[in-house]
Parts: sequence; structure tokens; C-alpha cells
Amino acid sequence: MTLLDLKIGQLGRVEEVSGERSFRRRLLELGLVPGTEVRVLRVAPFGDPLELGARGCRLSIRRKEAAEIRVTAVGPS
Amino acid sequence: MNQVVPTAPDVLLLVGNPNVGKTSLFNSLTGSRARVGNYPGITVDRRSGRAGARLADGTTRELELVDVPGTYSLAARSHEEQITLGAVLGMGSKARPSVLVAVVDAAQLSRCLYLVAQLIELRIPLVVALNMADEAGRAAPEPAALERLLGVPVVTTNGQTGLGGEELLRRAAELALGPPQLPLFHVPYPEALRRDLDRVVESLPPAWRSNVERDRALALWALSSLDEHDELVDIPVELRDRVTEVLASGRDVDLEISASRYGAIDALLAQLELGDAEQRLQVTERLDRVLLHPVSGFVAFLLAMLVVFQTLFAWADPAISLIERAISSLQQFLVEALPHGILTDLLVEGVVLGVGNVIVFLPQILLLFFFIGLLEDSGYMARIAYLMDRIMRALGLHGRAFVPLLSGFACAVPAILATRTLERKRDKLLTMMVVPLMTCSARLPVYTLIIGALFPVDSFVGLPTQGLLMVGMYVFRLIISFLAAWVLGRTAIRGRAVPLILELPPYRRPRLGPTVRMMREKAAQFLSEAGTVILAATIVLWALLSFPRAGENVASDCRPSQLAGTAKSSSRAPLPACSAESNSRQSARLDNSYGARLGKTLEPALAPLGFDWKIATGIIGAFAAREVFISTMALVYGIGEVDDEALPLRDRIRQERRADGQPVYTPLVGLSLMIFFALACQCMSTLAVVKRETNGYKWPAFLFVYMTALAYACSFIVYQGGSLLGF
Repeated sequence: MTLLDLKIGQLGRVEEVSGERSFRRRLLELGLVPGTEVRVLRVAPFGDPLELGARGCRLSIRRKEAAEIRVTAVGPS
Repeated sequence: MNQVVPTAPDVLLLVGNPNVGKTSLFNSLTGSRARVGNYPGITVDRRSGRAGARLADGTTRELELVDVPGTYSLAARSHEEQITLGAVLGMGSKARPSVLVAVVDAAQLSRCLYLVAQLIELRIPLVVALNMADEAGRAAPEPAALERLLGVPVVTTNGQTGLGGEELLRRAAELALGPPQLPLFHVPYPEALRRDLDRVVESLPPAWRSNVERDRALALWALSSLDEHDELVDIPVELRDRVTEVLASGRDVDLEISASRYGAIDALLAQLELGDAEQRLQVTERLDRVLLHPVSGFVAFLLAMLVVFQTLFAWADPAISLIERAISSLQQFLVEALPHGILTDLLVEGVVLGVGNVIVFLPQILLLFFFIGLLEDSGYMARIAYLMDRIMRALGLHGRAFVPLLSGFACAVPAILATRTLERKRDKLLTMMVVPLMTCSARLPVYTLIIGALFPVDSFVGLPTQGLLMVGMYVFRLIISFLAAWVLGRTAIRGRAVPLILELPPYRRPRLGPTVRMMREKAAQFLSEAGTVILAATIVLWALLSFPRAGENVASDCRPSQLAGTAKSSSRAPLPACSAESNSRQSARLDNSYGARLGKTLEPALAPLGFDWKIATGIIGAFAAREVFISTMALVYGIGEVDDEALPLRDRIRQERRADGQPVYTPLVGLSLMIFFALACQCMSTLAVVKRETNGYKWPAFLFVYMTALAYACSFIVYQGGSLLGF
């Protein structure tokens, strides 16, 4: 499953980040390395972008890129 | 005898992630007036300042502090990101730093330590400033414990209270004086990666080589930064080739590097046994539930914008009237006190009028920047980028570009400079071409003048007409800018869109200090621009409109009595007897002037927009800067009726009549004129900055031509369409 498959507020764990190199590198630098816990906190008006919570900070990325982040669900939804 | 050897002070570099309070700490250490904001990437310029470190032996050591743009990593893709590495290593002409200060957010330690890990690898003496510990609460580590694990000094700091500043400077100075630092923290990279690093080290240019650790750190930097798409400069071909070769091996270097670093960081943090960092985000979370909600968030956003713009007009008006009256009084005083002649005319009709008509708009500028400061400092600016991203993406820009565009509402010049925060050249270029379409503060004077003079102070469905018109102009500009971005992004400035990564910093109570500091800076900036470009242009135009001079002796004879008449009565008093004759003479002089001749030459071209030659002359003047339109119009009418020059320009415009007695300025002409001003690129400063940022004349020329064409077309449609509809 990808980040998009997580329900809002559901805890997931990063398995793999793919996508364009500079974007992927930046996400990895921000701590979204495999094993890191992440939540989708909300979706912006018009359905995009998403707000993520990971490592005690808030990030926003778009749906298209969120689909490149493979996760496993950790907690219940 | 002791010989005094003048030595340059040690250079201290402040490095850190965006939004960790770095600039605030820099200000508190140096007492400098650098700007502080709460939007990621607000620190764009290189700021420096001096500070004295008090050593344990009682002596003071002078330090030169440099504030480096905030960054999450040394790895770079663009030339701008490369600045951090260049500054840290002292590449180019900049002084080599003696000590680095890594400013970290105590509540976001893992992410901040990612940068610290890279700085440690460079083996430049390092001090960690543990910032925002109060905000982090139980998530903040004990500085001593962190120091033990990292093997570099850790000092708790607070940029707002000044806490830890002295200790930070002292420990930094001690490091500069002392033996090489031996950090304990180190990242164990996989064996295969280390072998690759050694191969890359062999290809480093000799000038970059130093000790083994730094060579490896630079090899790491090269491996994670270089590829065929990067925009980095001065990278030797040999190094590029070697990196390409290593990357071609098929291993996932980026993942290996970041996972190794985070592995080491997570292990370190586990030893610190910190509290939950989510704790501090509770308030932010509660606020975001409302402010980022698809419905209430959008409503709040629109309301916030409406409040900002209505306030600009409701609150600024009393101050504007006060300034207008003061300028009138000064002009009258000068005319009475000084001997008649060309110098007095220059002073009164050129200098005082020009400067006065610019100062009059300070209240609005201050208010606008008050709001911008609050938005940035509170963290809401990043939310605006989040809320607007979907719309911005449709234009081929990302949410982050909204901030330069929003800054464009104040002034295109800083907004164009702010495009540096964008990662890609293409995004920068597109934003630069669109920003001048935003309603910059220099256009506000024109809008205010026209709306104030030509539209009634009543209300429409319970809302004030003038405020609605103003909001309407902003919305119009927004739509046109978006259309322009959409078209340009698909024609002249093509390129693929780049993914968005936006940090949403925690909300913080906006502080008045930094906001007031910014307001002061912006006001000073506006005034200094007014003092140079605008004043010079006003004087040149005064000359254009005054020469060749004819029949001035008669006009001068009339003057004292007219002035007496104006001085003792209110500005709306009927004109003194001899003024009609003077008027015609003065008008005749203006008719013959070089400027008016040019205006008349342009009149046929501008007539379809509803503009007469006086407006055309004002537009000519406005090419120096939009706000010059005001002083030119004042000058145009000031010359036309000397006795009447003390009247505020608004009244004068209302009274202006065509030959057939019809008012020159109908609301439709006003609208057409506002639209022309909204879209035409009449700002030399903007063009100059674009020239500098794009390094050539191509883009400023393009900007000028496309905006002027757009302005003409839109005004034409509005005026002709409005006339057909009977307005």
C-alpha cells in the first residue's frame, strides 16, 4: 500500500520511497527513511496536497508523490 | 614593545534548518536588524554582523557572524543550495569560517541532527545552539547529555530572550583558539559505499582536498548532489564523470547515505530518552483543524485577505489626509517665503510635490507590511502556500510560489528577489514574469486616488463600495496573473512541474518587534526609492512640462493674491479673480511643453482607452515608477493652476472638465485607467531587478512588451465595452 491508502490519522511505517531523484532525496533528508512512522493528517481544499506528520514535524506533499511512498499500516485506522 | 598586529576577526557561521529561529538568534547575538520570519526559506540573503565573545580570562574576542540561508541538508541541486557548502568551506572570496554554529530546534532534533551530522563530517569546529527548548518542553534534551554524545559543545539558546548568547559566543571563540575538535558522533556508512567514496575522493579537485574526513565528506556531498539534472556550478568534469560512474553501479546511494545517517541519529536519540515531540504540536494541531479545513480553512483565508485590504483603506485614510494637508501648507509656506523664480517653482512644484505625494502613501505601506509580518511570523504564510497549492499547480507553479506572488502585492522588487527560494530556474523565471502583475504597493496610490476621487463612499449590499472595488481590483489582477502564468508556462517558459515539499511550521505567537522592524525597513526602502528614482523622475518631468517657458511674468504677477486667497479660505473656496487668466496662460505653457507634446503625440493611441493627453503625460511620467503617475498628475495640474496647487489631487481630478464641460474622469475612465495601471509594466526598478536576476536584457524586455500589450488590450476592452453599454 502507499500513503494514499492510509486512512486519515492512521499510523503507517515507510517501506520505500521512490520517484524523481531530488524529490526523493529531499524526503529522505527530511527523515522519511524506511522504518519511519508517518501519518496522513489531512487533505487540503480541492483534494490536494496532503499534510503529513512524521518525526514531530508537519510536511505537505502532493497526491502524485504520496503515491510513490510505500508504507505498511501499523495501527488501526 | 608590543606590536599590534591587526587581524581579521574569526568568522562564525550560523547554519541550520529553516524555521529553527536562526535569524532571530543571529539578531540577538549581533543586535543587527536582519529580518525574521516564520516561513520556510525566508532567510535568503547573507547577513553578517559583529559580536564580542567574553573569554574565561576576562578578555574579549571580536567575532564576525554570518547568517547562512536555512537548509535541511548540504546536498544541493541548485546553485542557490550550493551557497551553503560554499560558505561553510569558505570557497570563493568569502572568508573561511573558523567555527560553525549549528542552530537546531530542540523539538525537531532528529531532522536537525541530519544537518549537524554533515557539518561534523566536515571537521570544522562546531558548536550546537539548542534553540526553542522552552517550546519543546519535555521533548528537549539536556544540553550536557547531547554534548556528551555528539562530542561538540551544546548550548541552550533563545533568540528572543538572549538566553545562552554569551556562552555560545564564548565556547565558539574557545574552539577557534583551541586545538582541533574531536567529535564523537559519527555515521557508520556501509562498506561498499565507503569504497565508492574513496574513488570519488581521488577525483576531487586539489583545491578541495584537505584531511581524510573532509575529503570523504565532500565525496559524500558530490555523490548525493551531482547528476545530469543538477544546476550546480564550478564542478570539475573529472569529478562529475567519477560520480556518474559510481551512480551507474546501480546501488541506491541516496538511500544508503540518508538511512545510515538517520540510523545513527535514531540510535543517539534513543540514548537521550526524550519526551514525545508531538506534545508541542497540540495547539498547532487544534488550530490547523479549523484553519486548514477544506471549508472553514478557505473561508478563514478569504476573510483574512479581506480584512487586510479593507483595513488598508479604512485605517490609512485619516493619516493620508493629514499628510496631504501638511504638504499643502509646506508648499504655501515656501511660495510665500521664497523669491519667485524658476528655483522656487522647481522646489514647490517638483521636489515638495513629488516627495509629498509619495510620502502620502506610507500609512498604507506600513499597514500592509504589518499584516505580512504577522502572517510570516505566525506560521500562517506556509498554510497559505498549502491552501493555494492546488490552484498554483494549475499554473505550473507550486504552492511555495504563492509567497513571492503575495509579496508582489507589496512590491515586485523584493518579490522577484524572493523567487530565489524556488528550487528551479524555470519556476523562478515564470514567477518573475508574473509577479509584476500583482498589485504592488506602488499601484495602491493610483488605485486609492482614483477610487477615492471617482467612486462614492456609500455601500453596496451592506458592504463599502470603495473596499469592494479595491478587493475587485485585487481579484482581477489575480485572475489575469493566473491566466498569464498559465499561458507563459505553456509557451515562453515551458518546463515540467516539480514536486512540492512544504514544511508547515508550528504556529507561534507573532511578535510585534520583528514585524515593526520589517515595517520600518520597508518604509525606509520605499522612501529611499522615492528619494532617488521618483524624485529624479518628478524633477525631470517638471522640466519636461515647464520648458520651453513662456509668459511667466504675467503668471507671477498674479501669484501673491491667489495664494492669499487660498491660504485664508478652505481648499474648496472659489478661485480668486485673476486666476482664470493665469490658468489659461499656465495651460498654454503646459500645452507647449516637451512633455505635453509627447503626451499629445500619444493621445490618439490612448484615446480608445478613454485617456486624454494629461493622462497620457501622467503615463509617460509613470514609466519611471508607477507612483510617479501621482506626482506627474499633480504636476500637470499644479502647472495648470498655480493658485489651485494646494488642493488635494483627488478634488482636482473630480473637477477636471473636457472642452465640452463633461468631466474628464468618469468612473469608466477611472476603471480603464486602473486596469491599465494594473497590467502595464511601468517600473524601472522591477525591470532592473529582473535584468539582474536573469542576467540579461531578454527577459526584462519580454516582460515590458507583454505587460504593456496586455494592459492596452484590457483597458481597450473595458472602456469601449463600457461605453457601448452606456456607462
